[in-house]
Amino acid sequence: MAFDTETATAWITAAEAAVKTDEARLTGLDAAIGDGDHGANMVRGLAAGLTNIAERGPTTPGDVLVAAGRGIVAKTGGAAGPLYGSAFRRAGKALGDASSVEAAELGAALEAALTAIKELGGADEGDKTMIDALAPAVAAFQAVAADGGPIAAAAAAAADAAEQGLAATVPLQARKGRASYLGARSIGHEDPGAASTALILRALAEVTA
Amino acid sequence: MTVGIVLVSHSPAVAGSVAEMAAELAGPSVAIRPAGGTDDGRFGTSIELIAAAVNSADSGDGVCVIMDMGSSVLTAKTLLEDLADEDDAPAVRLADAPFTEGAVAAAVLASTGQDLEAVAVSAESAWSMRKL
Repeated sequence: MAFDTETATAWITAAEAAVKTDEARLTGLDAAIGDGDHGANMVRGLAAGLTNIAERGPTTPGDVLVAAGRGIVAKTGGAAGPLYGSAFRRAGKALGDASSVEAAELGAALEAALTAIKELGGADEGDKTMIDALAPAVAAFQAVAADGGPIAAAAAAAADAAEQGLAATVPLQARKGRASYLGARSIGHEDPGAASTALILRALAEVTA
Repeated sequence: MTVGIVLVSHSPAVAGSVAEMAAELAGPSVAIRPAGGTDDGRFGTSIELIAAAVNSADSGDGVCVIMDMGSSVLTAKTLLEDLADEDDAPAVRLADAPFTEGAVAAAVLASTGQDLEAVAVSAESAWSMRKL
């Protein structure tokens, strides 16, 4: 299947449902090394993304992601707001005004999202952030797409890679955000941003399956 | 005309109090606007509050924005990207400065009528003002 307006909207809808279901888990992870508001912030941000989509009535998948990003930036409240908001907006802009895209274009959009997060936050792989889930996911998505695989297979590979990336954040010491003040005491916990990224990519795999 | 100043903190009270203190030291000629917390009064950051504060602080000479940390910085950077896409947006310069000391340094220099870059550099030079 191709990635069109309906699929893009379904993705954000599924992502919002996923963070709502796992709100307590995200908040628990954040309470361990952050300020304990990531679950509530993600629910508020993605709900605002959905509201903005409903209000604007976007007609391309790119516009859906831009609309979601604007809602997320406006309402999330924590650092996840500008990071995810910029990621979705940059991904949406990368899709241009196409009414439907295939795996290669969606992979390029996910890479644009990764670049946006790196530029804005100044973090890289190994800093114990959402990048540790997103970077391997983008690589996995693009590897499947480069072999001519469909979006469903690429998204499934990306979700698996994100979950592995999340697990790999446990032994890392945080070098960005509030958790970095904890130094070595940030070791031994999953990064909440990587956890929400894994949920969002699993949602993409589910709606494209 | 003077450069305006916007103070972005996770806390509405911190942004408001530092704005009040900087205004006391700078005098009435400088527009200093706090943008603290979320749009519903919680701890956090709101791009809409920062944008409104920037527009309110601008008198045509631009606005120096000083942030505390974390999402304050990321949200201010995001606003800067948004403004770059607008035609008649105010000139905005983010200052990489300590929050309280930078706010006072910027406000005092702005009161002398210096331009935006000079005001931002004044805030940033607060890093090197030793206390002991």
